[in-house]
Amino acid sequence: MATTEAETYIGKPVPRKEDAKLLTGQSRFIDDMQVTGMVWASIVRSPYAHAKINRVDVTAARESEGVVAAFSGADLADDWAATLPCVWLVTEDTKQPMHRPLATDKVRYQGDGVAVVIAESRAQAKDAAELVEVDYEELPAVIDPEAALADDAPILHDDLGTNHCFTWKLEGGDVEGVFGSAPVTVKERYRQQRLIPNAIEPRGVIATYEPALDEYTLWSATQIPHILRFWLAIVLGVPEARLRVVAPDVGGGFGSKLNVYAEEALALVLAKRIGRPVKWTEERSEGYLATIHGRDQWQEMEYAADEDGKIRGVRAKLVVGLGAYLQLVTAGTPILGGWVYGGPYDVEAYSLEVIGAFTTATPTDAYRGAGRPEATFLIERTMDALARKLEMDPAELRRKNFITEFPYTLASGLTIDSGDFVGALDRALEMAGYEELRKEQAERRAAGDTKELGIGFSTYTEMCGLAPSRILGAILYAAGGWDAATVRCLPTGSVEVFIGTSPHGQGHVTTFSQIVAERLGVPIDQVEVIHGDTTAMQLGLDTYGSRSLAVGGIALYNAAEKVIAKARDVVAHKLEVSGDDLEYDNGTFKVAGTDKAMTVRDAALHAFTAHDLPDGMEPGLEATFVYDPPNFSWPGGAHICVVEVDTETGAIDLRQYVAVDEIGNVINPTIVDGQIHGGITQGIAQALWEEAIYDEDGNLTTGSMLSYLVPSAAETIDYELDRVNAPSPTNPLGVKGVGETGTIASTPAVINAVVDALSPYGVTDVTMPAKPENVWRALQEGGAK
Amino acid sequence: MKTVGITVNGESHSAEVEPRQLLVYFLREQLGLTGTVVGCDTSSCGSCTVLVDGESVKSCTMLAVQADGHEVTTIEGIGSPGDLHPVQQAFHEQHGLQCGFCTPGMVMATISLLEESPSPSNEEIRHALEGNLCRCTGYVNIVKAVKAAATA
Repeated sequence: MATTEAETYIGKPVPRKEDAKLLTGQSRFIDDMQVTGMVWASIVRSPYAHAKINRVDVTAARESEGVVAAFSGADLADDWAATLPCVWLVTEDTKQPMHRPLATDKVRYQGDGVAVVIAESRAQAKDAAELVEVDYEELPAVIDPEAALADDAPILHDDLGTNHCFTWKLEGGDVEGVFGSAPVTVKERYRQQRLIPNAIEPRGVIATYEPALDEYTLWSATQIPHILRFWLAIVLGVPEARLRVVAPDVGGGFGSKLNVYAEEALALVLAKRIGRPVKWTEERSEGYLATIHGRDQWQEMEYAADEDGKIRGVRAKLVVGLGAYLQLVTAGTPILGGWVYGGPYDVEAYSLEVIGAFTTATPTDAYRGAGRPEATFLIERTMDALARKLEMDPAELRRKNFITEFPYTLASGLTIDSGDFVGALDRALEMAGYEELRKEQAERRAAGDTKELGIGFSTYTEMCGLAPSRILGAILYAAGGWDAATVRCLPTGSVEVFIGTSPHGQGHVTTFSQIVAERLGVPIDQVEVIHGDTTAMQLGLDTYGSRSLAVGGIALYNAAEKVIAKARDVVAHKLEVSGDDLEYDNGTFKVAGTDKAMTVRDAALHAFTAHDLPDGMEPGLEATFVYDPPNFSWPGGAHICVVEVDTETGAIDLRQYVAVDEIGNVINPTIVDGQIHGGITQGIAQALWEEAIYDEDGNLTTGSMLSYLVPSAAETIDYELDRVNAPSPTNPLGVKGVGETGTIASTPAVINAVVDALSPYGVTDVTMPAKPENVWRALQEGGAK
Repeated sequence: MKTVGITVNGESHSAEVEPRQLLVYFLREQLGLTGTVVGCDTSSCGSCTVLVDGESVKSCTMLAVQADGHEVTTIEGIGSPGDLHPVQQAFHEQHGLQCGFCTPGMVMATISLLEESPSPSNEEIRHALEGNLCRCTGYVNIVKAVKAAATA
């Protein structure tokens, strides 16, 4: 793209600056890095879901070729100053079990680490890990969260005496009154299966320790270098100022790299103990056990409605499988949907109860959408149940209930700043050709076609852009939700930008360059965006929860405005006019009514030489802004999925997928489309293909990519996207979060379509994933046509 | 240890390898060609796809000793930032990559596909790339990129 000084960038499909290195193999992912003197760690993991550790013997491993050291969990038990953290203990009485990087007394899920071996090479470490002998005394497993709460369930954490972790409740409005008086009620129960995030880059770390300086450095495939630094300083009991965390190129995250993992703490401790840099790279099957999972809920929802379909109250209950320990956001993940179980609908009474249970499985945590896909699924599935009960068209039922006036305060207490749910639905219906589809459906049914057509809706809103710090404090989240950016205009004309968010595929370098290049009037290739290193940029709270643009991007915009304000003073002084007489446009200050002008770039040079600045002005042209958002971000929209279901084989063909999203103003439409494509695919994958399955002994039977179906291009289809726009009035760019919308919206659209197709057979639910077997079962249970 | 002679990106290499050494680790750790990456341990994800004598191969399914006497092409051998291969250029223009981890494998698989079928249909593209997983893009723009590369 041409780079003239007057170029505008915001809203344009600027090609990504990130691509050249990624396309040519010059990227630097964690496993691409070597450090002089580096040794390899391999972790010995429990084959049992639940067992007492009687003895761990690392003697043979220590004697194996190339081995530098080997430790059991007990050997390292005193190296930890604190448990691995959970940032959000959601109630005052939430139970947090001790979670050491290596287990000492018991193992509590298949994959729980019990020992670590360090050797000169990757292969030697792996070979020696096989020689560690562990004497386990097997205990019964419990995988289902409801079963884990039963009186006779095996207890994971003996000191807690229960598998119950928390019960969280939220109520608004007259719930009892509304449910007591409503003429129509529906009640549904669904299963949110466990999912494995599957970022294509496995996790990995390299840790170094400099004894002379007592300094640690951790390179990690993480989404959260800043949060990691803070928590690892606590876990290790070392000064935060002597710990540097770097996220190099990171190959996807989807929440799976939004954590403080055992291996990150372990590598740092081992680097100090051994006196050499330590590297650990996860194997994929190892990651299926050792990296967080997502979802795992039993869900119940009731709607109270009038006979004309107006919904008056929602009452929902979730029982959540937390897995064996609380990872960083394990307890909070279901609560992230806690305020939006009313969906985009005008609902006067609201009740939600969330119960968390420990189970002998890998911990669940924030997987793309985190709590909100679960919410949207329950809302939208129950919406269709109500439509069936009232014999209403599902689109019309939704239209009848949409929130139409903004700002709108939800019965759950939060305020949606803007939206256009009606506009999104209208556009989606038009794009899908809804009337024609219904006609075709009726014709096929009349003709006795064994391939049934189904049309499924998901109209949604969600809360993202995490988050206003005061609200986070009020709901017991341990950190804030601000983010930060620094803009530094260099004297030679280029601009350095430091951001506190940490991209791993989202294109921050390009998007954020667009904002700065446009506001400061510099060519986009003169903007350098630096991220992912706590030494380069100490301030930041990283990338998750669709927050990077809605929070970090606004910090950056405001930092650029601070730079412009200072430049105005520099220019006014040089041109001997009042700052008020200067008009600013795209990098240039003009004196109104004259031909006198000066650019930000000129101001940067003057601010650098400092030969002639206003009295008292600090030299240099740079600014940092720490932005704490006043509200969450509220995207929304309407998705329609069209499927064909073969009633003889149970096979589902995706025929069409329409997504109309309302995500505020868009900085880079190409990047945004890409986020939506990927998000939709992950949501469809939950509906149709993916499931982490444990057997009754707690063995993960979907333990590799061979048995867990991550969709390929062959399973998926093209999507039809469009947008309506109701810019957020909360921030100066009018933007909203978009990274999770596709995943939040798409799962129920697919299942609603499948159920719609099979409704003549009395089918009201198909268990996810809707593989042919589950479709067949639903048809058997549904009864005859 | 075994001695192998493998031509990689036009340059011949003679090296000592362990018989169990996979081609992908030979490329990454002995030759330092880290553009070819490892995404799984079951030959499922295709991130490690390279060309061996012009045919796409998952380099985690092949031992280095099996590549003895053969020609291997990796992502580093097809283009550079200032001089992208038409397939790389198409992925850039169509936004066919996000995190970029699967991208080298996806690009190499595409080169192999277009070699065999110079103007594939969408369906053909989707089936041909079945062995290469991407978690970011939902494949929509990857398919567009392959189409664009085919007509470039």
